Amino acid sequence: MARSTMDAAPETRVGRPQRARRRRTPFQLVAQVLGELLITAGVVLLLFVGWELWWTNIDSSIKQEQALEQFFSDVPPITAPDPVQGGAGPAAPEDFGDPVVLPQQDLVGTFGVVYIPRFGEGYSRPVTSGVGTDVLDNLGLGHYPGTGVPGELGNFALAGHRQTHGQVLDQIHTLMPGDRIYVQTRDGYYTYVFRNTEIVLPDRADVIAPVPTRPDATPEDRILTLTSCNPRFGAQERIIAYSVLESWRPIGAGPPPEIAENVARAAGQG
Amino acid sequence: MYGWIFRALPGPLWMRVILSVMLVLAAVLALMLFVFPWVSQFNPLTDSTIGSP
Repeated sequence: MARSTMDAAPETRVGRPQRARRRRTPFQLVAQVLGELLITAGVVLLLFVGWELWWTNIDSSIKQEQALEQFFSDVPPITAPDPVQGGAGPAAPEDFGDPVVLPQQDLVGTFGVVYIPRFGEGYSRPVTSGVGTDVLDNLGLGHYPGTGVPGELGNFALAGHRQTHGQVLDQIHTLMPGDRIYVQTRDGYYTYVFRNTEIVLPDRADVIAPVPTRPDATPEDRILTLTSCNPRFGAQERIIAYSVLESWRPIGAGPPPEIAENVARAAGQG
Repeated sequence: MYGWIFRALPGPLWMRVILSVMLVLAAVLALMLFVFPWVSQFNPLTDSTIGSP
């Protein structure tokens, strides 16, 4: 204000665009650079939002496909379900006895694949050991170290992003009781049945205990727990989805008929 | 600031336009490949794990 009364005689204002550029006061120079920096900061923030919500998904899908490729190159070739049993229609799940489970020390890198038909026909995501940002931000689903393995008595606990970085559990709230969640490892296919979701605060580590929410109890069920953030686009809470093992098939018996196509696609894609 | 950079670039107008587009693209690429992944680990909104892993 004080400055404008000093130099703004009416006639000097007429030719302002040109003169303003030549005779900039230090204050004007600072204001211009500051303004340009602020605009740049705004653009960079918008770019960051775009990167987080859009680019991380593309980046993560590429890395997940590579992880699937790696996984399928290590497991025995996928055999189609036995035609005799497949022709019998959706009969009761066959009984292959107690599930074979992976030893804890073999939970290294990408050790499994999860199929959830409710999330879309072709939904197949690698499962990788660890829940650090290196795993969750790149490879989709991460396995909480120290929790159970697929098919084991106890709690096989996985974490995944709801939004960004592949948004592998974006649709977690659409699961309905009775939905099947299939886990494939090098030993076989484990079919879990979704039971319920629960929304908890982020510090509730007891939901991944062998008996969820009861850390001292002895496990009697074979549980699969998925954790993700809640609400969507936020992280004030966590959404937890519990499923219980229904059946399992050894790898040699072929995938459950319901997901045979998905498995073939995931394996062929890789 | 940007005006000064533009005037400081060498060559005729078309060359300076191309050079400034390349500078902008290089800045965006550097942000996407190095800066954003680093900043992202401090973003509490994408935390989907429970407890303190």
